[in-house]
Amino acid sequence: MAVDQNLKIELGKQGVFVTTIQELYNWGRRSSVWPMQFGLACCAIEMIATTMARYDMARFGAEVFRPSPRQADLMIVSGTVTKKMAPQVVRLYNQMAEPRYVIAMGACAISGGPFKQGYNVLKGIDRYIPVDVHIPGCPPRPEALLQAFITLQKKIDEQPLTGEGRPRFLDAAAQGEFPVPEFGEHDLEPTSNQGVWPVEIQGVGNRE
Amino acid sequence: MLAAGSLGLEAELKTVEEIKAAIEAAVSGAQVEVLRNPSPSAQHSLRVAHESALEVAAFLRDDPELAFDYLSNLTGVDWPDKEITEKVKVTRQVLKTVDGPEGKVEQTVEETVDETRKRTEPGCLEAVYHLYSVAKKHGPLVIRMRTANRTDQVELPSLTPIWRGAEFQEREIFDLYGIVFKGHPDLRRILMWDGFKDYPMRKDYVEPDDYEYEPTAHDHVLARAQEHKSREPGSKGAAESA
Repeated sequence: MAVDQNLKIELGKQGVFVTTIQELYNWGRRSSVWPMQFGLACCAIEMIATTMARYDMARFGAEVFRPSPRQADLMIVSGTVTKKMAPQVVRLYNQMAEPRYVIAMGACAISGGPFKQGYNVLKGIDRYIPVDVHIPGCPPRPEALLQAFITLQKKIDEQPLTGEGRPRFLDAAAQGEFPVPEFGEHDLEPTSNQGVWPVEIQGVGNRE
Repeated sequence: MLAAGSLGLEAELKTVEEIKAAIEAAVSGAQVEVLRNPSPSAQHSLRVAHESALEVAAFLRDDPELAFDYLSNLTGVDWPDKEITEKVKVTRQVLKTVDGPEGKVEQTVEETVDETRKRTEPGCLEAVYHLYSVAKKHGPLVIRMRTANRTDQVELPSLTPIWRGAEFQEREIFDLYGIVFKGHPDLRRILMWDGFKDYPMRKDYVEPDDYEYEPTAHDHVLARAQEHKSREPGSKGAAESA
Protein backbone atom coordinates (compact mmCIF):
# COMPACT_ATOMS: atom_id res chain seq x y z
CA MET A 1 0.00 0.00 0.00
CA ALA A 2 2.63 2.46 1.10
CA VAL A 3 4.34 4.31 -1.69
CA ASP A 4 8.11 4.44 -1.59
CA GLN A 5 9.04 8.00 -0.63
CA ASN A 6 11.91 8.27 -3.10
CA LEU A 7 9.78 6.95 -5.91
CA LYS A 8 7.08 9.41 -4.99
CA ILE A 9 9.50 12.34 -5.12
CA GLU A 10 10.90 11.10 -8.40
CA LEU A 11 7.41 10.80 -9.90
CA GLY A 12 6.59 14.26 -8.53
CA LYS A 13 9.49 15.72 -10.47
CA GLN A 14 7.98 14.22 -13.59
CA GLY A 15 4.63 15.75 -12.85
CA VAL A 16 2.95 12.61 -11.56
CA PHE A 17 1.26 12.89 -8.22
CA VAL A 18 0.89 9.65 -6.30
CA THR A 19 -0.89 9.28 -3.02
CA THR A 20 -2.98 6.86 -1.02
CA ILE A 21 -6.48 7.31 0.34
CA GLN A 22 -5.05 7.15 3.85
CA GLU A 23 -2.52 9.90 3.18
CA LEU A 24 -5.09 12.13 1.54
CA TYR A 25 -7.63 11.48 4.24
CA ASN A 26 -5.21 12.15 7.09
CA TRP A 27 -3.85 15.22 5.32
CA GLY A 28 -7.34 16.61 5.26
CA ARG A 29 -7.96 15.73 8.89
CA ARG A 30 -4.74 17.14 10.25
CA SER A 31 -4.95 20.36 8.28
CA SER A 32 -8.13 21.62 9.86
CA VAL A 33 -8.09 20.64 13.49
CA TRP A 34 -10.40 23.12 15.12
CA PRO A 35 -9.81 23.62 18.82
CA MET A 36 -12.56 24.22 21.29
CA GLN A 37 -12.71 27.72 22.68
CA PHE A 38 -12.26 27.34 26.38
CA GLY A 39 -9.52 28.13 28.85
CA LEU A 40 -9.13 27.24 32.48
CA ALA A 41 -6.28 29.34 33.86
CA CYS A 42 -3.16 31.29 32.95
CA CYS A 43 -2.14 28.75 30.27
CA ALA A 44 -5.18 29.96 28.35
CA ILE A 45 -3.48 33.36 27.99
CA GLU A 46 -0.58 31.66 26.23
CA MET A 47 -3.05 29.72 24.11
CA ILE A 48 -4.70 32.98 23.09
CA ALA A 49 -1.30 34.45 22.27
CA THR A 50 -0.60 31.41 20.09
CA THR A 51 -3.63 32.16 17.96
CA MET A 52 -2.75 35.83 17.53
CA ALA A 53 -0.68 37.34 14.74
CA ARG A 54 2.75 36.95 16.32
CA TYR A 55 2.61 33.15 16.62
CA ASP A 56 -0.33 32.61 14.30
CA MET A 57 -1.71 29.13 14.78
CA ALA A 58 -3.66 29.70 11.53
CA ARG A 59 -0.50 28.55 9.74
CA PHE A 60 -1.41 25.03 10.87
CA GLY A 61 -5.10 25.24 10.09
CA ALA A 62 -6.21 25.62 13.68
CA GLU A 63 -7.29 29.21 13.85
CA VAL A 64 -11.00 28.52 14.11
CA PHE A 65 -11.76 28.25 17.79
CA ARG A 66 -15.24 26.82 18.08
CA PRO A 67 -17.43 27.90 20.95
CA SER A 68 -19.32 24.61 20.84
CA PRO A 69 -17.91 21.17 21.59
CA ARG A 70 -20.08 19.78 18.78
CA GLN A 71 -17.96 21.56 16.16
CA ALA A 72 -14.56 21.13 17.78
CA ASP A 73 -11.93 18.50 17.01
CA LEU A 74 -9.35 19.40 19.62
CA MET A 75 -9.64 20.13 23.29
CA ILE A 76 -6.73 22.14 24.65
CA VAL A 77 -6.94 21.70 28.42
CA SER A 78 -5.13 24.93 29.19
CA GLY A 79 -4.71 25.34 32.91
CA THR A 80 -5.50 24.05 36.36
CA VAL A 81 -8.37 21.59 36.45
CA THR A 82 -9.95 21.92 39.86
CA LYS A 83 -11.96 19.02 41.16
CA LYS A 84 -15.05 21.18 40.90
CA MET A 85 -14.33 21.80 37.20
CA ALA A 86 -13.26 18.26 36.25
CA PRO A 87 -16.76 16.81 35.63
CA GLN A 88 -17.54 19.69 33.30
CA VAL A 89 -14.32 19.14 31.34
CA VAL A 90 -15.12 15.43 30.96
CA ARG A 91 -18.68 16.26 29.95
CA LEU A 92 -17.44 18.71 27.30
CA TYR A 93 -15.11 16.03 26.00
CA ASN A 94 -18.01 13.60 25.81
CA GLN A 95 -19.98 16.16 23.82
CA MET A 96 -17.29 16.51 21.18
CA ALA A 97 -17.79 14.55 17.99
CA GLU A 98 -15.19 12.09 16.76
CA PRO A 99 -12.47 12.46 15.64
CA ARG A 100 -11.41 14.30 18.75
CA TYR A 101 -8.06 14.92 20.31
CA VAL A 102 -6.81 16.33 23.59
CA ILE A 103 -3.74 18.42 24.34
CA ALA A 104 -3.03 18.79 28.05
CA MET A 105 -1.25 22.12 28.28
CA GLY A 106 0.92 23.05 31.22
CA ALA A 107 2.06 21.54 34.49
CA CYS A 108 -1.38 21.71 36.10
CA ALA A 109 -3.26 20.01 33.31
CA ILE A 110 -0.75 17.17 33.04
CA SER A 111 -0.14 16.53 36.75
CA GLY A 112 -1.69 19.12 39.04
CA GLY A 113 1.49 21.18 38.90
CA PRO A 114 2.26 23.27 41.96
CA PHE A 115 -1.14 22.32 43.38
CA LYS A 116 -0.48 18.59 43.14
CA GLN A 117 -0.61 18.00 46.87
CA GLY A 118 -3.64 20.21 47.33
CA TYR A 119 -7.08 18.95 48.20
CA ASN A 120 -8.90 20.83 45.46
CA VAL A 121 -6.96 20.26 42.24
CA LEU A 122 -7.16 17.28 39.93
CA LYS A 123 -3.74 15.67 39.51
CA GLY A 124 -3.87 15.66 35.75
CA ILE A 125 -6.81 15.54 33.37
CA ASP A 126 -5.47 12.24 31.99
CA ARG A 127 -7.09 10.56 34.97
CA TYR A 128 -10.45 10.88 33.24
CA ILE A 129 -9.93 11.37 29.50
CA PRO A 130 -7.31 10.09 27.07
CA VAL A 131 -4.70 12.76 26.36
CA ASP A 132 -2.83 12.72 23.05
CA VAL A 133 -0.10 15.27 23.74
CA HIS A 134 1.20 16.50 27.10
CA ILE A 135 3.04 19.82 27.27
CA PRO A 136 5.07 20.58 30.40
CA GLY A 137 5.73 24.18 31.39
CA CYS A 138 4.30 26.77 33.69
CA PRO A 139 2.93 28.12 31.47
CA PRO A 140 4.34 26.64 28.25
CA ARG A 141 5.40 29.25 25.74
CA PRO A 142 3.35 29.59 22.53
CA GLU A 143 6.17 27.79 20.69
CA ALA A 144 5.62 24.81 22.97
CA LEU A 145 1.93 24.76 22.13
CA LEU A 146 2.78 24.95 18.42
CA GLN A 147 5.24 22.08 18.93
CA ALA A 148 2.51 20.08 20.62
CA PHE A 149 0.16 20.89 17.80
CA ILE A 150 2.69 19.74 15.21
CA THR A 151 3.21 16.57 17.26
CA LEU A 152 -0.54 15.99 17.18
CA GLN A 153 -0.60 16.53 13.41
CA LYS A 154 2.17 13.97 13.00
CA LYS A 155 0.20 11.59 15.15
CA ILE A 156 -2.90 12.06 12.99
CA ASP A 157 -0.80 11.66 9.85
CA GLU A 158 0.49 8.30 11.02
CA GLN A 159 -2.86 6.86 12.02
CA PRO A 160 -3.81 3.89 9.81
CA LEU A 161 -7.43 3.80 8.70
CA THR A 162 -7.81 0.08 9.24
CA GLY A 163 -6.54 -2.47 11.65
CA GLU A 164 -4.64 -1.95 14.85
CA GLY A 165 -4.16 1.65 15.95
CA ARG A 166 -6.92 3.11 13.82
CA PRO A 167 -8.69 6.19 15.14
CA ARG A 168 -11.58 5.66 17.54
CA PHE A 169 -14.26 6.79 15.12
CA LEU A 170 -13.35 4.00 12.71
CA ASP A 171 -13.44 1.40 15.47
CA ALA A 172 -16.97 0.35 16.36
CA ALA A 173 -15.83 -1.36 19.54
CA ALA A 174 -13.95 1.68 20.85
CA GLN A 175 -15.12 3.52 23.91
CA GLY A 176 -17.06 6.61 22.94
CA GLU A 177 -18.26 8.03 26.20
CA PHE A 178 -16.09 8.50 29.22
CA PRO A 179 -17.67 8.35 32.68
CA VAL A 180 -18.17 11.75 34.26
CA PRO A 181 -16.93 11.78 37.86
CA GLU A 182 -19.45 12.63 40.56
CA PHE A 183 -18.97 15.03 43.45
CA GLY A 184 -18.42 12.89 46.52
CA GLU A 185 -18.40 13.83 50.17
CA HIS A 186 -14.62 14.12 50.32
CA ASP A 187 -13.35 13.74 46.77
CA LEU A 188 -14.44 13.02 43.23
CA GLU A 189 -15.94 9.58 42.73
CA PRO A 190 -14.26 7.71 41.22
CA THR A 191 -10.89 9.42 41.69
CA SER A 192 -9.77 8.20 38.26
CA ASN A 193 -11.04 6.30 35.27
CA GLN A 194 -9.11 3.04 35.39
CA GLY A 195 -9.70 2.59 31.66
CA VAL A 196 -7.42 5.49 30.82
CA TRP A 197 -5.35 5.76 34.01
CA PRO A 198 -3.79 2.40 34.86
CA VAL A 199 -0.55 3.91 36.14
CA GLU A 200 1.50 2.40 38.95
CA ILE A 201 3.33 4.46 41.54
CA GLN A 202 6.93 5.07 40.70
CA GLY A 203 9.51 4.68 43.40
CA VAL A 204 7.09 2.81 45.58
CA GLY A 205 6.96 -0.94 45.98
CA ASN A 206 10.29 -1.56 44.28
CA ARG A 207 12.11 0.23 47.08
CA GLU A 208 13.11 -2.08 49.85
CA MET B 1 -1.49 54.39 66.76
CA LEU B 2 -2.58 52.20 63.93
CA ALA B 3 -0.38 52.18 60.92
CA ALA B 4 -2.32 54.73 58.93
CA GLY B 5 0.85 56.51 57.89
CA SER B 6 2.28 53.39 56.32
CA LEU B 7 -0.41 53.53 53.67
CA GLY B 8 0.29 57.17 52.93
CA LEU B 9 -3.03 58.12 54.42
CA GLU B 10 -3.28 61.62 55.80
CA ALA B 11 -5.83 61.26 58.53
CA GLU B 12 -4.72 59.94 61.88
CA LEU B 13 -6.91 57.20 63.22
CA LYS B 14 -7.85 56.94 66.85
CA THR B 15 -6.08 54.27 68.83
CA VAL B 16 -7.84 50.98 69.36
CA GLU B 17 -8.37 51.94 72.98
CA GLU B 18 -10.12 55.14 71.93
CA ILE B 19 -12.26 53.23 69.46
CA LYS B 20 -13.11 50.71 72.16
CA ALA B 21 -14.17 53.53 74.46
CA ALA B 22 -16.24 55.10 71.68
CA ILE B 23 -17.96 51.78 70.99
CA GLU B 24 -18.72 51.19 74.65
CA ALA B 25 -20.12 54.69 75.01
CA ALA B 26 -22.36 54.34 71.98
CA VAL B 27 -23.49 50.72 72.14
CA SER B 28 -24.81 49.66 75.51
CA GLY B 29 -23.71 46.22 76.61
CA ALA B 30 -21.05 45.92 73.96
CA GLN B 31 -18.21 43.65 74.98
CA VAL B 32 -15.02 44.71 73.28
CA GLU B 33 -11.57 43.51 74.10
CA VAL B 34 -8.32 45.03 72.86
CA LEU B 35 -5.82 42.49 71.54
CA ARG B 36 -2.38 43.99 71.26
CA ASN B 37 -0.06 42.84 68.51
CA PRO B 38 3.52 42.83 69.84
CA SER B 39 5.09 42.53 66.38
CA PRO B 40 6.61 45.60 64.63
CA SER B 41 3.45 46.03 62.58
CA ALA B 42 1.64 46.81 65.84
CA GLN B 43 -1.66 46.08 64.18
CA HIS B 44 -3.79 45.84 67.26
CA SER B 45 -7.26 44.48 66.97
CA LEU B 46 -10.58 44.50 68.75
CA ARG B 47 -12.35 41.33 69.69
CA VAL B 48 -16.07 41.88 69.65
CA ALA B 49 -18.47 39.57 71.45
CA HIS B 50 -20.84 38.20 68.85
CA GLU B 51 -24.00 39.11 70.79
CA SER B 52 -23.55 42.80 70.09
CA ALA B 53 -21.45 42.52 66.93
CA LEU B 54 -24.12 43.83 64.56
CA GLU B 55 -24.70 47.01 66.59
CA VAL B 56 -20.96 47.54 66.96
CA ALA B 57 -20.46 47.10 63.23
CA ALA B 58 -23.29 49.49 62.43
CA PHE B 59 -21.75 52.03 64.81
CA LEU B 60 -18.29 51.69 63.21
CA ARG B 61 -19.80 52.30 59.80
CA ASP B 62 -22.20 55.11 60.71
CA ASP B 63 -20.22 57.07 63.28
CA PRO B 64 -19.20 60.32 61.51
CA GLU B 65 -15.73 60.30 63.05
CA LEU B 66 -14.88 56.66 62.40
CA ALA B 67 -16.93 56.09 59.23
CA PHE B 68 -15.54 52.66 58.37
CA ASP B 69 -17.41 52.42 55.11
CA TYR B 70 -15.18 49.87 53.40
CA LEU B 71 -14.60 46.25 54.36
CA SER B 72 -11.39 45.37 52.56
CA ASN B 73 -10.86 41.80 53.65
CA LEU B 74 -12.15 39.16 55.93
CA THR B 75 -10.73 35.81 56.72
CA GLY B 76 -10.98 32.92 59.13
CA VAL B 77 -8.65 31.44 61.71
CA ASP B 78 -8.87 27.99 63.19
CA TRP B 79 -7.70 27.69 66.78
CA PRO B 80 -7.55 23.97 67.56
CA ASP B 81 -7.90 22.59 71.07
CA LYS B 82 -4.62 23.30 72.79
CA GLU B 83 -3.07 20.97 75.31
CA ILE B 84 -1.06 22.95 77.81
CA THR B 85 1.52 21.23 79.96
CA GLU B 86 2.66 23.22 82.97
CA LYS B 87 4.78 22.50 85.98
CA VAL B 88 3.18 23.32 89.29
CA LYS B 89 4.88 23.22 92.68
CA VAL B 90 2.78 21.12 95.00
CA THR B 91 3.31 20.78 98.75
CA ARG B 92 2.19 17.50 100.21
CA GLN B 93 2.55 15.48 103.38
CA VAL B 94 4.94 12.55 103.08
CA LEU B 95 5.56 9.82 105.64
CA LYS B 96 9.30 9.39 106.10
CA THR B 97 11.64 7.43 108.31
CA VAL B 98 13.90 9.86 110.07
CA ASP B 99 16.92 9.14 112.21
CA GLY B 100 15.99 10.61 115.58
CA PRO B 101 17.74 10.54 118.94
CA GLU B 102 15.79 7.38 119.85
CA GLY B 103 16.54 5.41 116.73
CA LYS B 104 14.44 5.46 113.60
CA VAL B 105 11.11 7.26 113.87
CA GLU B 106 8.29 7.58 111.34
CA GLN B 107 7.45 11.20 110.83
CA THR B 108 5.21 13.25 108.59
CA VAL B 109 7.22 15.75 106.60
CA GLU B 110 6.05 18.46 104.25
CA GLU B 111 7.65 18.21 100.87
CA THR B 112 7.47 20.40 97.77
CA VAL B 113 7.33 18.48 94.52
CA ASP B 114 7.14 19.58 90.90
CA GLU B 115 4.07 18.17 89.26
CA THR B 116 3.28 18.36 85.57
CA ARG B 117 -0.33 19.06 84.87
CA LYS B 118 -2.03 18.91 81.56
CA ARG B 119 -5.10 20.87 80.72
CA THR B 120 -6.88 21.35 77.44
CA GLU B 121 -7.77 24.81 76.32
CA PRO B 122 -10.84 24.51 74.10
CA GLY B 123 -10.36 25.75 70.57
CA CYS B 124 -12.58 28.01 68.54
CA LEU B 125 -13.03 29.47 65.10
CA GLU B 126 -12.42 33.12 64.46
CA ALA B 127 -13.46 35.57 61.76
CA VAL B 128 -11.22 38.59 61.18
CA TYR B 129 -12.53 41.73 59.48
CA HIS B 130 -10.28 44.49 58.10
CA LEU B 131 -12.03 47.84 57.89
CA TYR B 132 -11.01 51.03 56.14
CA SER B 133 -12.65 54.38 55.75
CA VAL B 134 -12.68 55.78 52.25
CA ALA B 135 -14.40 58.96 53.43
CA LYS B 136 -11.94 59.63 56.25
CA LYS B 137 -8.94 58.00 54.54
CA HIS B 138 -7.96 55.95 57.53
CA GLY B 139 -7.59 52.33 58.45
CA PRO B 140 -7.19 49.50 58.86
CA LEU B 141 -9.18 48.59 61.91
CA VAL B 142 -9.11 44.89 62.64
CA ILE B 143 -12.09 43.42 64.41
CA ARG B 144 -12.42 39.76 65.31
CA MET B 145 -15.20 37.51 66.44
CA ARG B 146 -14.89 34.07 67.99
CA THR B 147 -17.25 31.13 68.02
CA ALA B 148 -17.94 29.28 71.26
CA ASN B 149 -16.21 26.12 70.06
CA ARG B 150 -15.20 24.32 66.89
CA THR B 151 -17.84 21.62 66.75
CA ASP B 152 -21.47 22.50 67.39
CA GLN B 153 -21.55 26.17 68.38
CA VAL B 154 -19.98 27.65 65.28
CA GLU B 155 -22.39 30.49 64.68
CA LEU B 156 -21.46 34.13 64.25
CA PRO B 157 -23.64 37.02 63.15
CA SER B 158 -23.19 37.90 59.49
CA LEU B 159 -21.96 41.42 58.84
CA THR B 160 -23.22 41.33 55.25
CA PRO B 161 -26.17 43.58 56.18
CA ILE B 162 -23.62 46.22 57.25
CA TRP B 163 -20.99 45.75 54.56
CA ARG B 164 -22.34 44.15 51.41
CA GLY B 165 -18.81 43.19 50.39
CA ALA B 166 -18.74 40.59 53.14
CA GLU B 167 -21.13 38.32 51.27
CA PHE B 168 -18.72 36.22 49.20
CA GLN B 169 -15.96 36.22 51.79
CA GLU B 170 -18.30 35.04 54.52
CA ARG B 171 -19.38 32.29 52.15
CA GLU B 172 -15.73 31.40 51.66
CA ILE B 173 -15.16 31.21 55.43
CA PHE B 174 -18.27 29.08 55.75
CA ASP B 175 -16.95 26.84 52.99
CA LEU B 176 -13.39 26.40 54.24
CA TYR B 177 -13.71 26.81 58.03
CA GLY B 178 -17.32 25.93 58.73
CA ILE B 179 -18.37 29.10 60.53
CA VAL B 180 -22.12 29.54 60.11
CA PHE B 181 -23.01 33.19 59.60
CA LYS B 182 -26.48 33.93 60.95
CA GLY B 183 -28.34 36.47 58.88
CA HIS B 184 -26.33 35.88 55.72
CA PRO B 185 -28.58 36.27 52.67
CA ASP B 186 -27.18 33.33 50.71
CA LEU B 187 -24.96 31.05 52.78
CA ARG B 188 -23.77 28.31 50.45
CA ARG B 189 -20.40 26.80 49.70
CA ILE B 190 -18.55 28.94 47.18
CA LEU B 191 -15.34 27.10 46.25
CA MET B 192 -16.10 23.47 46.99
CA TRP B 193 -19.20 21.70 45.76
CA ASP B 194 -22.43 21.51 47.74
CA GLY B 195 -22.15 17.85 48.73
CA PHE B 196 -18.66 18.34 50.17
CA LYS B 197 -18.53 17.43 53.86
CA ASP B 198 -15.15 18.66 55.14
CA TYR B 199 -13.72 22.06 55.98
CA PRO B 200 -10.34 22.06 54.23
CA MET B 201 -8.73 24.99 56.03
CA ARG B 202 -9.24 23.51 59.49
CA LYS B 203 -6.12 22.18 61.13
CA ASP B 204 -7.58 18.71 61.62
CA TYR B 205 -8.67 18.32 58.00
CA VAL B 206 -7.74 14.95 56.53
CA GLU B 207 -7.10 15.32 52.82
CA PRO B 208 -8.32 12.69 50.38
CA ASP B 209 -6.04 9.71 49.98
CA ASP B 210 -5.15 10.09 46.32
CA TYR B 211 -1.40 9.78 46.47
CA GLU B 212 -1.38 6.75 44.20
CA TYR B 213 1.06 8.20 41.68
CA GLU B 214 3.77 10.74 42.36
CA PRO B 215 6.50 11.10 39.75
CA THR B 216 9.07 12.45 42.19
CA ALA B 217 7.78 10.97 45.41
CA HIS B 218 9.93 11.79 48.42
CA ASP B 219 9.60 12.53 52.13
CA HIS B 220 6.04 12.66 53.40
CA VAL B 221 4.62 12.32 49.89
CA LEU B 222 6.53 9.06 49.44
CA ALA B 223 5.32 7.88 52.84
CA ARG B 224 1.72 8.71 51.91
CA ALA B 225 2.06 7.01 48.54
CA GLN B 226 3.54 3.89 50.12
CA GLU B 227 0.81 3.82 52.72
CA HIS B 228 -1.82 4.08 50.01
CA LYS B 229 -0.12 1.38 47.96
CA SER B 230 0.06 -1.01 50.91
CA ARG B 231 -3.70 -0.80 51.35
CA GLU B 232 -4.44 -1.73 47.75
CA PRO B 233 -5.65 -5.33 47.37
CA GLY B 234 -3.04 -7.68 45.99
CA SER B 235 -0.17 -5.32 46.66
CA LYS B 236 3.11 -6.39 48.17
CA GLY B 237 2.52 -4.36 51.31
CA ALA B 238 -0.90 -5.90 51.85
CA ALA B 239 0.58 -9.38 51.47
CA GLU B 240 3.28 -8.57 54.01
CA SER B 241 0.87 -7.26 56.57
CA ALA B 242 -1.50 -10.19 56.10
